[in-house]
Amino acid sequence: MAEISIAAPPASPTEAADHAALHRTLFIALAALLVVLPFIPVIGYPFFLMKVLCFALFACAFNLMLGYGGLLSFGHAAYFGFASYVSAYTAKHWGLTPEASILLGTASGAILGLAFGSLAIRRQGIYFAMITLALAQMVYFFSLQTPRFTGGEDGIQAVPRNALLGVLPLSNDTVTYYLVAAIFMAGILLIYRIIHSPFGQVLKAIRDNEARAVSLGYRVNQYKLAVFVLSASLAGLAGATKAVAVQLASLTDVHWSMSGEVVLMTLVGGMGTVFGPIVGAAVIISMQNFLAGLGAWVTIVQGVIFVICVLVFREGIVGVIGKWLKKPL
Amino acid sequence: MTFRMNRRSLMAGAAATAFSARSMAQAQQPINVKIGVLNDRSGLYADLTGEGSVIAARMAVEDFRAAANGINVQIVSADHQNKPDVGANIARQWYDNDAVDVITDVPTSSVGLAVNQITREKNRIHLNSGSATSDLTGAQCSPNTIHWTYDTYMLSQGTGGAMVKAGGDTWFFLTADYAFGHALERDTTAVVQRAGGRVLGGVRTPFPGTDFSSFLLQAQASRAKVIGLANAGGDTVNSIKQAAEFGITAGGQKLAGLLVFVVDVHALGLQTAQGLVLTETFYWDLNDNTRAWSRRFGAQRNGFMPTMVQAGVYSSTLHYLKAVAATKSKDPAQVMAWMKANGTDDPLFGQGTIRQDGRKIHPAYLFEVKKPSESKGPWDYYKLLATIPGEEAFRPLNAGVCPLVRA
Repeated sequence: MAEISIAAPPASPTEAADHAALHRTLFIALAALLVVLPFIPVIGYPFFLMKVLCFALFACAFNLMLGYGGLLSFGHAAYFGFASYVSAYTAKHWGLTPEASILLGTASGAILGLAFGSLAIRRQGIYFAMITLALAQMVYFFSLQTPRFTGGEDGIQAVPRNALLGVLPLSNDTVTYYLVAAIFMAGILLIYRIIHSPFGQVLKAIRDNEARAVSLGYRVNQYKLAVFVLSASLAGLAGATKAVAVQLASLTDVHWSMSGEVVLMTLVGGMGTVFGPIVGAAVIISMQNFLAGLGAWVTIVQGVIFVICVLVFREGIVGVIGKWLKKPL
Repeated sequence: MTFRMNRRSLMAGAAATAFSARSMAQAQQPINVKIGVLNDRSGLYADLTGEGSVIAARMAVEDFRAAANGINVQIVSADHQNKPDVGANIARQWYDNDAVDVITDVPTSSVGLAVNQITREKNRIHLNSGSATSDLTGAQCSPNTIHWTYDTYMLSQGTGGAMVKAGGDTWFFLTADYAFGHALERDTTAVVQRAGGRVLGGVRTPFPGTDFSSFLLQAQASRAKVIGLANAGGDTVNSIKQAAEFGITAGGQKLAGLLVFVVDVHALGLQTAQGLVLTETFYWDLNDNTRAWSRRFGAQRNGFMPTMVQAGVYSSTLHYLKAVAATKSKDPAQVMAWMKANGTDDPLFGQGTIRQDGRKIHPAYLFEVKKPSESKGPWDYYKLLATIPGEEAFRPLNAGVCPLVRA
């Protein structure tokens, strides 16, 4: 059976430099866009933008594992949701400052990722996905059963936005937005760096042909575990940031349907592309938000859009654009 | 977000504006009020709340003749998809960008509590009809929120207390194994014991569950007179269906649903649901007033009868409009003060009051679902077993931990 490679043929040095320059331009454009977005009417509502950015970072973290590591996890909601509980709890009950609670949340995502990852990477394909799903469900039931920590089905409400570093007040939505935007930019730049490091190259090799990577002497499992933990920590970072931005943490974020939603975001935007998950998250969250007035039609419209994406944009929105431009985006 | 304008009231409002302008500009500008109906329009609670709540709010505007009273009402609505962050986002956007004054309905406790919090922060008004959590008038009570229709305390009080009085003095619980189920079981147990009943046992069922057969057999074997279903939604529907298959109610035991609505009974059908005992604060067939109103409602809703949540949206919107007309203002503090100071009176809940902690007080009713042979027509589902006066049905003011009461 022929191996199907998703990656473009290896780029020559000049091409690689060309791509890097393109990506740099795109990152600068993205940063500029993030700065001006709150001043654009209708879509520039800071609270909405913060949500989009948190989910975009979540989808990028997921994409790091699926698109570059070839590992389909079906339990990413666990790291996202659990981190958001930790962040909300420490901010509300311990009165920690946002950066401390976000760091603690991220750390909890990393620890969960290490524990779950070391079990899950022992199996491949569907079994891998099932193990991550099962472990994530354990986190869900834990959250459901410990109302003292998570607030049960009521969630942790009214999470205070304490002053950043103890000095900068986050009472204003726009200020908080810029904090979230900064965290988001740092997150995706880190992901970009990981993908283009030697470590990332090995990951792609494992994704495309695991047996050959083993025969070349790479300790495949250590690489897989490393990318698993990185992805879980970044998902945790997204969740912890969301708890501070949205000021609540609830069961929705640890539910398995959230794991499905992040798969959807990644596929709609473009799996294995740098910018795809951002676009995917923006599309899905905007639909949830702007179609809310349509009532019962929301889910139907969402379904139709997904079907269109599958039929027309097989590689996702950004994947298709990248193909037209003949450049990896 | 799209805005559903109430065309008729808008036109009437325009006419009122023209009128007042003609009558030498009596300096009586119509007050523009925007009401946001935020609920589940696509999921589990869409029948319970959904479009029906929007119709109910619109009927309140019509019945109050808002335009003639100098109020120009616009109604907007949205689907929170039972997700707290979607609900929070919509609520914030409504308050910040769309100048919404009141948010009504909001089922699903996590979303209700989130909107409660945002409303307080933005100083507007939240008239909650759809959420069950008694925290809204307890630990998380707010000067900007009124919890209108029902809560978990009242459900256990109604079903637990009244059942014991009606002879159901031994109980067995089927409890959904999470905080909500535990709370319902704990509260109902306390009520049953206070009323002189005994709890013979109980079983925790995994949540969400599909197969209740072994739990139901345990309940049957306990020989308790009443099997309390401390669960909600799909769990309740599944356990009632399977209880019917085991012939539990036919065998003389009674099923007591702690959170069952008329639309659930409608979905289950009388054959399956017969004999089920439950508590609601409104039923369309209570008296002439409720029947007349419900028929008007049904005409706009493909024959569906209103639920107590939808009735609560009507009643709360009506009382709010009265307050705006009386105070000639929509300042939240003034309007809330008026609403709490003046009794409520409407065709659906009759006369009632609103307490300091934001709890609306009205009677609750213990119903039993009719046998198919007793039902005289479509939606003829309940027979009234007992009426619980409002003071007994709801948690006493000092028993909650609402900080507003201590102050």
